[in-house]
Amino acid sequence: MGQITLSSVTKVFGDVTVIPPLDLTINDGEFVVFVGPSGCGKSTLLRLIAGLEDTSSGKILIDGQDATDAAPAKRGLAMVFQSYALYPHMSVRKNIAFPLKMAGASVEEQNRKVENAARILNLSSYLERRPGQLSGGQRQRVAIGRAIVREPAAFLFDEPLSNLDAALRVTMRQEISELHQNLKTTMIYVTHDQVEAMTMADKIVVLNAGRIEQVGSPLELYRNPQNLFVAGFIGSPKMNFITGAEAAKHDCATLGVRPEHLDVVEGGPWQGVVGIAEHLGSDTFLRVHVEGIGDLTVRVSGEMGLHHGDRVSLAPQAGKLYRFDANGKAIA
Amino acid sequence: MATEHSRTAARLMVSPAVILLFLWMIVPLAMTVYFSFLRYNLLNPGMESWAGFSNYTYFLKQAAFWDALWNTLTLVVGVLIITVVGGIALALLLDQPFFGQGIVRVMVIAPFFVMPTVSALVWKNMFMNPVNGMFAHIAKFFGLQPFDFLSHAPLASIIVIVAWSWLPFATLILLTALQSLDREQMEAAEMDGANWINRFIYLTLPHLTRSITVVILIQTIFLLSVFAEILVTTNGGPGTASTNLPYLVYAQSLLNFDVGGGSAGGIIAVILANIVAIFLMRMIGKNLEA
Ligand SMILES: Nc1ncnc2c1ncn2[C@@H]1O[C@H](COP(=O)(O)OP(=O)(O)O)[C@@H](O)[C@H]1O
Ligand SMILES: [Mg+2]
Repeated sequence: MGQITLSSVTKVFGDVTVIPPLDLTINDGEFVVFVGPSGCGKSTLLRLIAGLEDTSSGKILIDGQDATDAAPAKRGLAMVFQSYALYPHMSVRKNIAFPLKMAGASVEEQNRKVENAARILNLSSYLERRPGQLSGGQRQRVAIGRAIVREPAAFLFDEPLSNLDAALRVTMRQEISELHQNLKTTMIYVTHDQVEAMTMADKIVVLNAGRIEQVGSPLELYRNPQNLFVAGFIGSPKMNFITGAEAAKHDCATLGVRPEHLDVVEGGPWQGVVGIAEHLGSDTFLRVHVEGIGDLTVRVSGEMGLHHGDRVSLAPQAGKLYRFDANGKAIA
Repeated sequence: MATEHSRTAARLMVSPAVILLFLWMIVPLAMTVYFSFLRYNLLNPGMESWAGFSNYTYFLKQAAFWDALWNTLTLVVGVLIITVVGGIALALLLDQPFFGQGIVRVMVIAPFFVMPTVSALVWKNMFMNPVNGMFAHIAKFFGLQPFDFLSHAPLASIIVIVAWSWLPFATLILLTALQSLDREQMEAAEMDGANWINRFIYLTLPHLTRSITVVILIQTIFLLSVFAEILVTTNGGPGTASTNLPYLVYAQSLLNFDVGGGSAGGIIAVILANIVAIFLMRMIGKNLEA
């Protein structure tokens, strides 16, 4: 079981309110991603759930039990830190076995569980090494192993992939997703990378300055962002925002259109000049200076023989325009 | 300094300093070795004659030598235990956030700046004096007989005095090490269910081993040659109860005017210090490797 409920949880450091009153329910078995820009309070929120920080007010329930004042070890949660936080003086085996040892498990049980975790994580041949002798990805796996053996009610990950190179990040991302499929344990995953959020999450929680902007499945957030912040944060490349006269034509303060929803066509409504063209092979990203509107990013699939200085005309796809009022709220 | 050329140049450039340092060390050492083979007494100047190993046998055979050897080791080990254990405890305390942390840290370092003679005199006259010392006053306040520390427990008293002046050094080194301990590791251990004793045993102590090794090695070098504290408090007495090797060498050469015997004692002390150093490096030197 691993259902976690936060009700009116706040966190204040000195006179800075990092988390204003916040309510959130995380269901058993869900893969929930907290996503938001750096410094928005994601780690703080995770640490509140873990018990590494005290809440300033509000309640945290784990499986219906009030855990607000419970010690971290008593909450049945396991955390994987950004720095991995492995114990440098212990071998991989001892690192993974540490929580079991602290819980007073017998040596046979420790060995059995450690070897089982090592098999799942492809660490079997590294068990006698020290963390210092492992690569970044292997250290990450050890940290996950140390979390797995505890058989926690929920896993907490704090930007676990941010110290890895791009290729490894993709692999580890898939491994963590697969782990979630196999274990079916609740996972809470913190990241500032919306791609990680989109690819891994069952449910995304978008945070901005400690506030929840929107909660929903990746595609819900992509299709129906409730405000400008979510619209700008989810999706890559970023959604284009158009203000001024062109927006007024559509009865809104800000008009949003995603780069993939702009087509290069003959006689489209928006005329412009290509500033830069990034050719990725599978896609081409164009940065187009449109008169009276500003710069728009356009995503064209496949190769497109356009270059700096070429004149193009753009048309938004039907029904793919997002409208926001003056407060940044989406207009339905 | 990669090329052959630059290496040669570098060797040439450092050679004056190296040669000077070498002479600085070798001349007194050679002279001491030379004197140690002479019958050389300051009361009979100009009467020096070859003595062979008799100075050495004489120095080694006196009962005071074994006392001094034992006292030297007791002093070193005693001070090391107090400073390492006390240093860890103080460092753990100072690592906690509290009001006035900066000032308290400076105050803790202060004893290190007090000269050994001064600190020993302060301890002797203001704390341990059986009539006017603070400990005597405290004892009297509780209706107890004042204890004459320096006459009845001379070596222990000197250990306390020396430990007091070295405690700041140990504390400072260990505190810096503590501050470099990764906070997330501690939090991970906390989540793994380790209480503070386990966190101390499995995380803090292993993290500190290298610094503890440094403290032990550096302090041992200085503690083998403690002298001023003994000179101003007990003069090595009563009897030889607080005489260590340096003090015995001093007594031999300057109180008995026997330069030959003193030099032999000095050479023996150097050899013993090297044995201790080799022993220590064997035992804990591997902690210093990366
Ligand atoms: N222990 C602390 N004391 C004071 N301020 C803190 C502390 N921890 C975090 N903060 C502040 O809280 C805000 C959110 O931090 P954090 O949760 O680490 O952000 P994120 O993980 O989303 O990047 C930041 O502005 C940070 O400066
Ligand atoms: Mg963070």
